[in-house]
Amino acid sequence: MLKEKEKRDWRFKVADRELKIGLLLAVIHFLWWYGFAYGMGNGPVSGYKYIWGLPSWFFYSCIVGFVFITILVILSVKFLFKEVPFEEEGNER
Amino acid sequence: MNWEVVIPLLIFLILVFIAGAYASKFVNTKASFLQEYFLGSRELGGFILAMTMIATYGSAGSFIGGPGAAYNVGLAWVLLAMSQVVTGYFVLMVLGKKFAIMARRYNAITLIDFLKERYQSKWVSIIAAVSIIIFLFSSMAAQWVGGARLIESVTGINYMTALAIFAASVLIYVLIGGFRAVAITDSIQGVVMLLGTIILLIATIIAGGGMENIMDTLRQENPDLLSPYGNDRSLTPLYISSFWILVGVGVVGLPQVSVRAMSYKNANAMHRAIIIGTVVVGMIMLGMHLIGVLARAVVPGIEIGDKVMPALALKVLPGWLAGVVLAAPMAAIMSTVDSLLILVSSAVVKDIYINYINPEASEKNVKRTSFLITAIVGIAVFLLAIHPPDLLIWLNLYAFGGLESVFIWPIVLGLYWKRGNKYGALSSMIGGMASYMLFDKFAPNFLGMNTVVFPILISLVLFCVISITSQKKNENMAI
Repeated sequence: MLKEKEKRDWRFKVADRELKIGLLLAVIHFLWWYGFAYGMGNGPVSGYKYIWGLPSWFFYSCIVGFVFITILVILSVKFLFKEVPFEEEGNER
Repeated sequence: MNWEVVIPLLIFLILVFIAGAYASKFVNTKASFLQEYFLGSRELGGFILAMTMIATYGSAGSFIGGPGAAYNVGLAWVLLAMSQVVTGYFVLMVLGKKFAIMARRYNAITLIDFLKERYQSKWVSIIAAVSIIIFLFSSMAAQWVGGARLIESVTGINYMTALAIFAASVLIYVLIGGFRAVAITDSIQGVVMLLGTIILLIATIIAGGGMENIMDTLRQENPDLLSPYGNDRSLTPLYISSFWILVGVGVVGLPQVSVRAMSYKNANAMHRAIIIGTVVVGMIMLGMHLIGVLARAVVPGIEIGDKVMPALALKVLPGWLAGVVLAAPMAAIMSTVDSLLILVSSAVVKDIYINYINPEASEKNVKRTSFLITAIVGIAVFLLAIHPPDLLIWLNLYAFGGLESVFIWPIVLGLYWKRGNKYGALSSMIGGMASYMLFDKFAPNFLGMNTVVFPILISLVLFCVISITSQKKNENMAI
């Protein structure tokens, strides 16, 4: 019984950690998105710089931001996420 | 009728049918009919899981309404739409493993099974079932109307016939193949959505003479189209940021999305789905909304936002390719509707029929009832979509933010917070929906944020406060 409980704890610890990674990624993602959009886009439109034809605030916030978060997601999943079995161990159920 | 456009659409429908027929084989061979029909026997792999989540979530809004709004507002609307990229990884990272483990432990097939086991309360499951049935039924009808209007506008077939074609095609493959058919067709539809977005984006940039040229045209018309504040500078950073809750992190609380977090095979499938999901949802949302902005330079002067996407496709692409691209919004609508249909049907069969009407039902009886109810729900939606009543349109308004306010905390805190109990869950569900309706009526966009923000907060406070106080009372009573 106790042994089974320990196993449960192990899997739930992994889940808790991944929840925190998800929250952290969302916060970083939001800050990047907000920071570039309003940090670079708050002046008059006549002063905008352009990259690939797009205003730089948009380029960094929406395009680079998307690539950046994708890379972070891939790295997190590859290096921080753990494989766990979903089925209950043992014979009951 | 424009056959060049219609033929690719027909090919798309035939593909979808073949997938449905393939899935139907599993319905008869798998040991547990209910597990298979409503959850695909928890066998989804990474790619299908990612695609069915995106396709279910991406609806008429992403392909018709969204580009239309971006056409009018400018790049600020693309910025807003990009808040949806978070759904690609957030839903699975939050619900992910814990939900998969708990759902298996409880042997839960529906989201409501999970809530019922977690909170051990009849009322939690009844309120959950009723809100899913009422709100998602209306939502389904609204999407159905959108699908038929789209077919009508691009092919010239009249509304009634378009509706019948649309309804029949969705109904048949869902009916014969259940959840697995929904997930597999969602994958095909997701691929069509992605390809359609890429083709149309490239064609639009070329038709507009390059990105710089298009941005020049827009700047000359109204420089604020290029600002993050919108065409009339009315969109505040706070307002746009608040959409991170409605269409970003709050999506965890949408039943049609969260049920998918219990349908996958193993941790590896989940890991792959997180990566694929983030990439695909980002490309679709960025592409489709950016297309809407660019369209303003290529097809100027469109009054009705919903017509931007079809008009653009017909203008910048040869007929047959326009057909391929216009299959994308069709795919978006179908993949949302099919998921809602199987979910509403599972709520009626599993959560109401088996739980309360006929708990002793035999496997054969359950099977017959499932087919029958799916068909009845589908036909009822079809009949209501012919002349959608005002009540339905009204209820559909609450289907998104309202359902998030109802389900988000009972699901998330139910998984991660031991002390959450049925009193907390009940008050959070009722309080979430009631406050959403009140805010929507009396104080929409309260304090400059999207209406959904405060109901979700209220629902959180109710869940925590009531869980903690009622727990103490119970303990005292026990002593």
